Amino acid sequence: MIVGTVTGHIHSTISHEFYRARTLLLVEREDAVGARTGAYLIAVDTVGAGMGQRVLVLDEGNGARQVMNSADGPVRSVIVGIVDEVSTT
Amino acid sequence: MLLGRVVGSVVPCVVYGGLEGVPMLLVQPLDQAGQPAGRPLVAADATRMAGPGELVYYEGGREAAMALDPSFVPVDHAIVGIVDDVEREPR
Repeated sequence: MIVGTVTGHIHSTISHEFYRARTLLLVEREDAVGARTGAYLIAVDTVGAGMGQRVLVLDEGNGARQVMNSADGPVRSVIVGIVDEVSTT
Repeated sequence: MLLGRVVGSVVPCVVYGGLEGVPMLLVQPLDQAGQPAGRPLVAADATRMAGPGELVYYEGGREAAMALDPSFVPVDHAIVGIVDDVEREPR
């Protein structure tokens, strides 16, 4: 899983039926010290994350389909948590 | 998934079984700001509605083929939606 920051919200009318009525958010990845990297991905929100929040993203297909309760959804990235704090030693 | 811009279409004359009639589009990957990033790739259009110039989001890997029907096809990128608007974080 990765930690990132929600930087955008995608509005889409025409999509694969799996994505109808799903919330798609742009998530910018962060590096080991929490700095933004510029790299991003688009993930389905399952926890009600909002713009600017730090989130936990699962980026693996089988787990993602399990979270979405779908056997054949074309999904790989889902937001599965909202992060309060990351502490490093 | 990532953002991409449709920059062309590919018309194959022979395709592997299961890919007959599936639109193949040339997609330029974009960075977060919507600027071109990396080399164009060919993606199957699972929406069957994307056209040149359109902003789309596409899935890569095994999940790309799962967007198609039949889903057991040799495809590594598939367009799964067309973007109306990207609402960005105020900076």
